[in-house]
Amino acid sequence: MAKVSMTVNGKSVSGEVEGRTLLSTFLREGLGMTGTHVGCDTSQCGACVVHIDGKAVKSCTTFAQDVAGAEVRTIEGMANADGSLSTIQQAFQDHHGLQCGFCTPGMVMSAAALLADNPKPTEAEVRHHLEGNICRCTGYHNIVKAVLAASGQDVGQIAAE
Amino acid sequence: MPKDGGIGASTKRREDVRFLTGKGRYTDDINIRGQAHAWFVRSDVAHGMLNKVDVAAAEAMPGVLKVFTAADFAGVGGIPCGWQVTDRFGKPMLEPKHPVLAEGKVRHVGDPIAVVVAETLEQARDAAEAVEVDITQLTPVLDMKAAIAADAPKVHEEIGSNLCYDWGFVEENKAAVEEAFKNAAHVTTLELVNNRLVANPMEPRVAVGDFDSAGGMHTLYTTSQNPHVIRLLMGAFVLGIPEHKLRVVAPDVGGGFGSKIYHYAEEAIVTYAAKTLNRPVKWTSTRSEAFISDAQGRDHVTKIELALDKDNNFTALRTETYANMGAYLSTFAPSIPTWLHGTLMAGNYRTPLIYVNVKAVFTNTVPVDAYRGAGRPEATFQLERLVDKAARELGVSPVELRRQNFIKPDQFPYQTPVAVVYDTGNYHATMDKLLEISDYAGFEARAAEAKARGKWRGFGVAHYIEACGIAPSNLVGQLGARAGLYESATVRVNATGSLSVFTGSHSHGQGHETSFAQVVAEMIGIDAGQIEIVHGDTSNTPMGMGTYGSRSLAVGGSAIVKATNKIINKAKKIAAHLLEASEADIELKDGKFSVAGTDKSVDWSGVTLAAYVPHNYPLESMEPGLEETAFYDPSNFTYPSGGYGCEVEVDPETGKVEIVAFSAADDFGNIVNPMIVEGQVQGGLAQGIGQALMENCVFDENGQLLSGSFMDYAMPRAEDVPFFKVDHSCVTPCTHNPLGVKGCGEAGAIGSPPAVVNAVIDAFHRAGRTDITHIDMPVSPARVWSALNG
Repeated sequence: MAKVSMTVNGKSVSGEVEGRTLLSTFLREGLGMTGTHVGCDTSQCGACVVHIDGKAVKSCTTFAQDVAGAEVRTIEGMANADGSLSTIQQAFQDHHGLQCGFCTPGMVMSAAALLADNPKPTEAEVRHHLEGNICRCTGYHNIVKAVLAASGQDVGQIAAE
Repeated sequence: MPKDGGIGASTKRREDVRFLTGKGRYTDDINIRGQAHAWFVRSDVAHGMLNKVDVAAAEAMPGVLKVFTAADFAGVGGIPCGWQVTDRFGKPMLEPKHPVLAEGKVRHVGDPIAVVVAETLEQARDAAEAVEVDITQLTPVLDMKAAIAADAPKVHEEIGSNLCYDWGFVEENKAAVEEAFKNAAHVTTLELVNNRLVANPMEPRVAVGDFDSAGGMHTLYTTSQNPHVIRLLMGAFVLGIPEHKLRVVAPDVGGGFGSKIYHYAEEAIVTYAAKTLNRPVKWTSTRSEAFISDAQGRDHVTKIELALDKDNNFTALRTETYANMGAYLSTFAPSIPTWLHGTLMAGNYRTPLIYVNVKAVFTNTVPVDAYRGAGRPEATFQLERLVDKAARELGVSPVELRRQNFIKPDQFPYQTPVAVVYDTGNYHATMDKLLEISDYAGFEARAAEAKARGKWRGFGVAHYIEACGIAPSNLVGQLGARAGLYESATVRVNATGSLSVFTGSHSHGQGHETSFAQVVAEMIGIDAGQIEIVHGDTSNTPMGMGTYGSRSLAVGGSAIVKATNKIINKAKKIAAHLLEASEADIELKDGKFSVAGTDKSVDWSGVTLAAYVPHNYPLESMEPGLEETAFYDPSNFTYPSGGYGCEVEVDPETGKVEIVAFSAADDFGNIVNPMIVEGQVQGGLAQGIGQALMENCVFDENGQLLSGSFMDYAMPRAEDVPFFKVDHSCVTPCTHNPLGVKGCGEAGAIGSPPAVVNAVIDAFHRAGRTDITHIDMPVSPARVWSALNG
């Protein structure tokens, strides 16, 4: 066991971890931050995506020790300072971009990273960017719509709402 | 415009806020102080004699509390099956024991053999490596047709056969169907496979058992679509725990699609282990484990034939299907290829004579049960592929052949030759709507443009019928169900007028917390924010049957309506007393009770307060309080239907099929929340497209699962599907439930696979490849390329 320290959602945290402890396990079991989910064991589903120093990373394939000293942001740190939903979160609610909610934290973190890099993505760019996030409920229709809406683009022409 | 929060409004979902901020509470988020962790040792062979399980070394490992084997469960029952099918000859199906841990034999890769419980998950996992298992491999039973040969190895020797049942429906029609085929002007035949699928909800299964030794109270937290059903099956049949000593909680559940209906061994094992060890015990499935322990779906091999007269009217239909049960009977497995499949074989058509034969077969594979649609996708796929093939053989339009044979709008209620009575529908309307929203008229121009780019464009249609809200209980009892199929609700009005509505339905993505509140808000005329929907805990909700088969609003919603009506009736009596008027003159509108024709009124909270502070109250004739419970048992199924259109482009160079457009025109009856309904359809479409183009659960010749991870089992990602055109403006309300609703959860997955495959075949035929009349799902690039290049 070794001590690891990092910043999570702006707060300094530390804990004892084994060499094999994954960041997702450290967040969920070590810090009790259960918003980050684990949906597979092959780094495919993306429910575990968090930001490490601003980059979207799958926390289920990252050792906790490897992010010592880093700035980690999770779904729990995405709301506005006053607790209201941030633009991307609000867009997911407005456009019904979630159903069971399990893939949602990863989807939101992944989408937020896209918009940080590419503030006005095309539909194709959104779909391509989300290739590492699987949703089994929504058929992606409303997720893509939510991301486009969060980027400030008009989604009124997209069918069915 | 409907009022936000009322029936018909696309009210935003209240549950989203917790899911979007990481505050959802899923089963794996629950840790109980003192909790130990379970890890399963599973069979790595498909079929074998289990000679010895030596746990001594494992039990000596650090942190290990106990290693359980079948011997520890000698006193408990097997996992029960919830439906007994009777075969063509009047005999009950063969029903082998399903032990919670393998006894003497292992029957599929993943069959649980032992369970290590240790202080930490890592210790349990490490110790599992030290459990010594000695298995003598046997020849695995994999091919269904070979499995029923007399000399085939047996999955369960004690029942003497791998044929679970041989079902005929309607057996009395068999001779007349044969006769009709002899007299047919044309017969179209199709042999096909409905590929085995894995539901793969994004949340893997989890079970946490807890035991209060002082009170003898068991609690199971589990990822279930129906906690009361788990309490019943596990309590009464496996562990022998009475209901009042067993609480089952299914909190936020991350998708189910059928796979979380069933009672699984892991639930019974953690519950039992918690008592044995006097420690909470938690098990969380890995995804790899889910692939070999969650019940899977579909897996039918079918021959279907359609007889037509000289005018292209359908005169008879017959099918022979082999349905894979896997190694054991999962909770509802026997009912899926029979009562949820055979009864749907009339589709939307007037076919007068139908005979369905289904042979259910045990194999050394993971058990198969309901997956989104459950029997109805299998029925729809064969029928809608067959009708399309018939149209091509006859040289008529697939749309027109369907239209010609549709049940006519004035023929409802319609008695089909396969037992069910469709109450309402208008298939011509949904087909017309489909052609409109898909711009069918403009297809030729789009096909020409694609051709110029070297792509083959095709348009496929399918029209489905579904039977939802499976019911009524006395009928399903006759058909072999070992449970009732009602739903319950308790509406508790609080003194200040807010309401807590307890429902036996379970929401795992369907948005009940929002839509059910809309129903109650509309009925009383108050703000939906005053209503809380409570579900998922047997300790506070009345006996319920849960969520599956698109039943929640049609059955669970009807129970809520019934209970709310009881509330309104009592509230009117209270209002009449307060207003010194006759009860018959009291009207409720917009949350206010008034005396008809006067300006005298009392608002909702005035009445509710009087019910709980009964100072001015007719105590001599009425109890105080305002709380009612209702059970609703439907008198019939509901029958959603719809026309689906898929437009594909096939790349003849690579065999890749791209879905370029998909349109769905559904008739779901009345709609409570259009936004949620559209979301349900879109999700179903993606799963159906996944089945049609990508998903396939494959076992090799040794019974090893080749598609055992998300790297090997291909599911649609965002790039694999287009934006969908979804319409639900065609409405023929259900006639027998109070909301006139039909159910929308499975439609997308039912109607889409045949539309996709029909589109691919259409593209082939337009390109001159009329020699290719069928291609089995998933229509992968390899399969297309092989079909095109021999």
